[in-house]
Amino acid sequence: MTASTIKLATTSDDHHIAKMAAVALGLTVLESAIPSPLPGVKPGLANIITLIVLARYGWRAAVWVSLLRVVAGSLFFGNFLAPGFFLSLSGALCSLAVLAISMHLPHRWFGAVTHSILAAFAHIAGQMIVVYLWLIPHSGIAYLIPVFATAALVFGTVNGLIAARFMDNDEKSDTERQA
Amino acid sequence: MSSYESFRSSIKAGDWLTFLLGCTCVILFTLKLWNGDLADRAIIRSGGKIFKEVPLSRDLQIEVPGPLGISVITIEKRKARISSDPSPRQYCVRQGWLQQAGEIAICLPNEVSVELTGSAKKYDSLNY
Repeated sequence: MTASTIKLATTSDDHHIAKMAAVALGLTVLESAIPSPLPGVKPGLANIITLIVLARYGWRAAVWVSLLRVVAGSLFFGNFLAPGFFLSLSGALCSLAVLAISMHLPHRWFGAVTHSILAAFAHIAGQMIVVYLWLIPHSGIAYLIPVFATAALVFGTVNGLIAARFMDNDEKSDTERQA
Repeated sequence: MSSYESFRSSIKAGDWLTFLLGCTCVILFTLKLWNGDLADRAIIRSGGKIFKEVPLSRDLQIEVPGPLGISVITIEKRKARISSDPSPRQYCVRQGWLQQAGEIAICLPNEVSVELTGSAKKYDSLNY
């Protein structure tokens, strides 16, 4: 019997997406080691990657990287199709929807920090909607909104600053290459 | 260009705007969701009818008659509780201080209850 190999034709775009998704996964695993005061309050470091992909390769690539990270991450942690997975998924989808709109804001005025903050708020909104409609249909979860909103603002800003820093380096190395 | 300056250049004017908007949202959420629900009135019922409605701003003691005897309701520092009651199991007394809108202490045997309300009436499982 001869060993059969299956070779998929891949483009360089696929490679970029795979690489970035792998980095995002690494950050997800790394951040799961950081203790959290409240379930659901996480820095969301992987979103830095989503922001960079959005700037470099566009929205479709960002969707790929983000969803690959959610699905593969849930396989890592063993919560695929469990509540935690759907929370990540709903957060990611809401963030991507908001990014699809916010990326059209004038680039002169709005940078990665804006996108990051907006996406962080969308993320928490998406999660709260799923929690309310499915997991805890009680208005008491409204008491947690200020905590989550504060976390979204803080981590959104920090992630945005980090992403902006990376993109600066991108631009710099681009100009250096051209020079 | 120093590293610090390049860092500053990556933050754009609109980013500050978004950040401030975010801060405003967080503050509004906190004010609305954490402080808005503190109760400001207590509704005291006896035998299913409203016996008295009192504001929580004044400290006072109210004696409410029921089939078993007199229940005493205390209002102090914007909180309310049933401080004594003739019911055998004393559930409503042991419930302690009520502070949030929608909280309620009920003494079934003596048919007395205290319910706190805020500016807006909220629904809970008892309304269902």
